[in-house]
Amino acid sequence: MSSSPAGSLSNTIEEVTKHHTSAVIEAYTSSGDTFLRIEKESLLAVCSWLKEEHDFVYLADIVGADRFTSDERFEVIYNLLSLKNQCRLFVKVRCDEDAPSLESVTGIWPGANWKEREVYDMFGIRFENHPDLRRMYLPEDFQYYPLRKEFPLLGVPGSIPLPNTTPDAD
Amino acid sequence: MKLTDIQSKTESTFFPEHQGSLYQSLEDKHTTIEEMDDSDPLNAKMVLNMGPQHPATHGVLRLVLQLKGELIEKAKLDIGYLHRGVEKIAENKTYQEFMPYTDRMDYLSPYSNNVALCTAVEKIASVEVPERAHYIRMIGAELARISSHLLWLGTMVMDAGAVSFFIWTFKEREKIYDIMDYIAGHRFTVSHARIGGVANDLTDEATSAIKEFVDSFPKQLESYHKLLDRNRIFFDRNEGVGVLKTEDALGLGATGPVLRATGYGYDVRKFTPYARYDQVEFQVPTRMEGDNLARYYIRMEEMEESIRIIRQCLEQIPSGPIRTNNAKQAYPSKDEVYYSMEGMIHDFMMTDTGICPPEGAEAYHAVESPKGELGYFIQSDGTGHPWRLKVNAPSFCNLQILENILDGEMVSDTVVIIGGVDPVLGEADK
Repeated sequence: MSSSPAGSLSNTIEEVTKHHTSAVIEAYTSSGDTFLRIEKESLLAVCSWLKEEHDFVYLADIVGADRFTSDERFEVIYNLLSLKNQCRLFVKVRCDEDAPSLESVTGIWPGANWKEREVYDMFGIRFENHPDLRRMYLPEDFQYYPLRKEFPLLGVPGSIPLPNTTPDAD
Repeated sequence: MKLTDIQSKTESTFFPEHQGSLYQSLEDKHTTIEEMDDSDPLNAKMVLNMGPQHPATHGVLRLVLQLKGELIEKAKLDIGYLHRGVEKIAENKTYQEFMPYTDRMDYLSPYSNNVALCTAVEKIASVEVPERAHYIRMIGAELARISSHLLWLGTMVMDAGAVSFFIWTFKEREKIYDIMDYIAGHRFTVSHARIGGVANDLTDEATSAIKEFVDSFPKQLESYHKLLDRNRIFFDRNEGVGVLKTEDALGLGATGPVLRATGYGYDVRKFTPYARYDQVEFQVPTRMEGDNLARYYIRMEEMEESIRIIRQCLEQIPSGPIRTNNAKQAYPSKDEVYYSMEGMIHDFMMTDTGICPPEGAEAYHAVESPKGELGYFIQSDGTGHPWRLKVNAPSFCNLQILENILDGEMVSDTVVIIGGVDPVLGEADK
């Protein structure tokens, strides 16, 4: 069982570089996980191709990350799972700091809805054509994106109006 | 009902923008089938806010339901009332310092959470874990699974109307807490796993308490089955309620027992075996119906399998060290710290700097927690703190399911469906 998943995964990588030559930037492994970095313009094409042709039917997670670099600052990692081939593939896209936005994959995996909302909430990356792009955890009135590296650990004083702690106070 | 009508009834003191967009999104849900009669002579439509302070929501879950009579037309969930920003905290702590925070995520099965973080860090930093520690972790994780499922069982039966049952399952949970006390020294937030092993070995008391529990618990499980399996009220409340269709389950990202109740036997313990789950025999129960009753059967069978796993672990557990001996990767034992200079230095270094995975390394490791796939994604920048640590929380995925399966159900079934999905808000809200 341990040899076949790796085999089918390298097969997937081979085919994706063949079919989407211009889209793939790099494919590498880190600590045993396989990553595939692609151009953000071809995100939808590659994702739907992976789902249709290679049975990556399950989107386990969407991870946002702040690389804190001057170009291509944000990184979004899609954690895809193929139950049939028993393997896991990480698809990576990067986007720039000014008005970061990506295409939403909710059309491919409806479960991406909340996961994209979470990335939007934490990093401010907008997802185009998302059915309901609101903040996931924090209230809409909050103006900051807390997982960006410049956001202080202790928060911004006064950024959220809080109820009085004593009942009689004004 | 017009949006302005709704909003006039729900003037809010705090976060007006947030409330406005939440109600707007409820209004916008399923807009394609919005061509219904707008005249409502009996005024049967209403928007009902359930929670965040509601006893049946298992935490601070807020549901906004648009009702037509007793029927839920559409539902929206609002979570984040327990958001503590653990991912931000993790970026400012060493890996080991962050471990106790995982106890507070899924506080019903803290042991699984500890194991999930530690295995992820061990993967990214290539730490070898001694054989005995693997087995201790498996025993702890399976006990945590039983404990979590027992709480689910008690509260779900209580949601369906039987209150005394809750006391019986809590009697068994109490025994597991005692065992955890013997194993780790804490009853609730155990923090027992360490990077590179576990904190301390099983004592004789702990082993005998586990053995006693393993022998006595199947009888209890039997009696639960006796009470519920042919119970008319329990069946009527659960059968065909909250159905998640097989074809939707994967796309919507269901996980754990909720996914397995729709027919997919996806279990991380079988999919990518961690610890020593490839050395023990167990079944992954699945059902096809996808309703609340199927989830009940799945979880009951999972408890049986957990007992089976613990039995095999107790038989197979080898003797030996419980934490890796490499002082650059794990805390030295206290004996070493108190009686040798090197031990003291290593202990200080581990506390101050901690374990440093290679720069630029990325890793994802998932375990099967009682609620489903619990994964940690870590990006390292070569220091002792993670550059980015993302928690893939199963409750979060399953709550999204809830938003989809509530539509078209009766309002009185809401609490039963929430109980069946079994979310923990500490985990979903991060």
